[in-house]
Amino acid sequence: MQAEIIISGFGGQGTLYAGQLMAYAAMDEGKHVTWIPSYGPEMRGGTANCTVVISDDEIGSPTALHPTAVIAMNLPSLDKYEPLVKPGGYLIVNENMVNRAAVRDDIHVLMVPASTIAMEIGNERAANMVLLGALEGNMHLLAEGALEGALEAHTAARLKKFIPMNIEALHRGAEFQAG
Amino acid sequence: MTEADVKVVYKRPIGLTDLVTHYCPGCTHGVAHRLIAEVLEEMGELNNTIGVAPVGCAVFAYNYLDFDFVEAAHGRAPAMATGIKRTLPHKTVFTYQGDGDLASMGMGEIVAAASRGEQITVIFINNTNYGMTGGQMAPTTLPGQKTSSSPLGRDVETQGYPIRTAELLATLDGAAFVARRTLHDARGIRMAKRAIRTAFEVQKQGLGFSMVELLSICPTNWGLNTTNARQWLAEHMLPYYPVGDFKVSTAVSEMKIGGN
Amino acid sequence: MALELIKGNTAVAEAAMRAGLVSYFGYPITPQTELLEHLSARMPELGRAFVQAESELGAINMVYGAACTGLRTMTSSSSPGVSLMQEGISYISGTELPAVIVDVVRGGPGLGNIAPSQADYTQIVHGGGHGEYHLIVLAPASVQEAVDLTGMAFDLAEKYRMVVCLLLDGFLGQMMEPVVMPDFQPVRTTPPEWAVGSPDSKERVVLTSINIDPPNQEQFNVKMMTRWEEVEKNEVRYKGYYLDDAEYVVIGYGTAGRIALTAVRAAREQGHKIGLLRPISLSPFPTRAVDELADRVKGFLVVEMSNGQMLDDVVSIAARRVPVDFYGRMGGMVPYPDEIANAIIEMIQGEHDVNADGRAKWLAKMRELVGTGE
Repeated sequence: MQAEIIISGFGGQGTLYAGQLMAYAAMDEGKHVTWIPSYGPEMRGGTANCTVVISDDEIGSPTALHPTAVIAMNLPSLDKYEPLVKPGGYLIVNENMVNRAAVRDDIHVLMVPASTIAMEIGNERAANMVLLGALEGNMHLLAEGALEGALEAHTAARLKKFIPMNIEALHRGAEFQAG
Repeated sequence: MTEADVKVVYKRPIGLTDLVTHYCPGCTHGVAHRLIAEVLEEMGELNNTIGVAPVGCAVFAYNYLDFDFVEAAHGRAPAMATGIKRTLPHKTVFTYQGDGDLASMGMGEIVAAASRGEQITVIFINNTNYGMTGGQMAPTTLPGQKTSSSPLGRDVETQGYPIRTAELLATLDGAAFVARRTLHDARGIRMAKRAIRTAFEVQKQGLGFSMVELLSICPTNWGLNTTNARQWLAEHMLPYYPVGDFKVSTAVSEMKIGGN
Repeated sequence: MALELIKGNTAVAEAAMRAGLVSYFGYPITPQTELLEHLSARMPELGRAFVQAESELGAINMVYGAACTGLRTMTSSSSPGVSLMQEGISYISGTELPAVIVDVVRGGPGLGNIAPSQADYTQIVHGGGHGEYHLIVLAPASVQEAVDLTGMAFDLAEKYRMVVCLLLDGFLGQMMEPVVMPDFQPVRTTPPEWAVGSPDSKERVVLTSINIDPPNQEQFNVKMMTRWEEVEKNEVRYKGYYLDDAEYVVIGYGTAGRIALTAVRAAREQGHKIGLLRPISLSPFPTRAVDELADRVKGFLVVEMSNGQMLDDVVSIAARRVPVDFYGRMGGMVPYPDEIANAIIEMIQGEHDVNADGRAKWLAKMRELVGTGE
């Protein structure tokens, strides 16, 4: 098994962190994993994205032209990555941040009002966790409860108070199932 | 004459090897070497010192100064000394540099080392030209001075002005002791030795960066005999490069020097 | 053993500390800055020396000084900074001193950019400084390998009294992967007998790279070359994938090597007998391994994030026994596995002309693909 996930959005939306959480969870259950941030001027402002590769074997390329899944947190990310998702793969979109539906019909598309849900549970910045929850709830790349476990294990002490909210965000996201 | 009547008044310091130097007759590098050797001997530091030789006439300084030595790339001696001192902080580490090495190629390294307050001592030989390569214009060459690369005399309009290194480094907070002395006469040499002693004591007591600039003669490249060269130094260099203490930090002014 | 998820740059820094690093001297430059930043906190914490130098020139000459004490020292930089260090690298080599340099390569030439590249191969492997000297050059392809090779770099530097360069690229520096960090090694703080400041030396120690009499310099160089023969005998490292039945072999190192692995697997899934040779020591180069493959395979494809700097070495070893194709991206561009997979197919379906110029074929393709901007 190997999966390549690109998480893309504006800087400050928590795209890199969402990818790291996946990477931690994969590492904790003994999988091979790589996490690589986007590179270049995009690192400040603009779009920020990362690629996570999770595999049972030694990972070759840590990037993928045609990823298995994409989380698009804004319109530029949707425009850029929708055409690239591998047929049969997943496209998870923050519905609140785009003004169009996805057009591909050979992939699973989830339009998730992640910002709305995040605000409902207390903090708009948890939208990344809602989307990550939706991804994992559909693709089951990791063991049950792995993301929650990674949150507990790898969150800095001063941020631990956000863990319950993030877990709720993951669960709310997982309720969205691709049709 | 009995043995009691024999009194040694002058001998080779044990910090100098028993070799004839490659320096030109009359050159004051030999005097500077001797002063360093005497000071380190008096301080009991000969076995605790690591010298850094420059590129220039003193490239073989380690042939004459008889303790651990390394040889730096042109201008980089203060960086190399930094690497040694940070690794072995209890050693006495000094650089011996000429004006092309220190004030031209290595200006970046010397300013940075002084500003860091690097606990090293720098002995800086200013003879207003590149000695080893045949007397070309140096950053220290005086206005109007003829050299092999300023044959019409240094024109400040196109070739810029000489750098007063001691004054420049004295502006840096990390510099604890910065002085200029001259080696052209006996009184100057005695004063130079005291300044060198102070500089090494500053390092030994961990008070910061120390440098002594030594005005030196270069009879060969100046085209003068040694007597006239010394006179030329007094007449032309001293007015531009006055002898003095340009930086004496409070800690250094309160410093006690043991032994003398 | 606990796994940690660490960025390549940080992992190398921490691994160096654990290998007993006594002093570090560096200058900030992207994309290696995390390495310097990590050590700026950790070295003083453990009572070790850290200096942010005034320039890369300053940094490498501080390393030169520290190396004269024989105690473990290191610097890190990225391509333009390493170019500046070449003077010092030549001097350190000419003085037979152990030191470790990390080069996190970025796109060039000139100021270029901060994106990953492998275009420092020539200046590191074939010497960017003056005179006859060699570096041992180690090129990891994963964060764990980078960690393991960091410790090895110090050991090799001391064993052979020479400079060892860890050649990374910005990709590896920024990538996070799970790693097992090694234990802390005991730190040597007393200079060995040959070094300055050693309590054990019988006579005073003078360390210099000057040999003013040419016959002496030549003799010294013969000694250095003889030592290099030993290195070539003992220190070749590479990793082979699917080589046993391979009819064609891709050769790539570091990031390009691991990206090629994905392409090789894809080709094998399609039934093509493709192998991968990933050199780990670029210097000494796995010459014999390539040489033996040249006798039994139908073709090589060299993959690099450069204009084919390692390609020249492979071409010279292959000596027209097999065609050597090339696929490279330049200027900070990282190839996708799909591009390499295409190049593999083109190699298989190609003309198998041993006299063909692999670089010229590739460049013609690149002119179409990306143009010249004119």
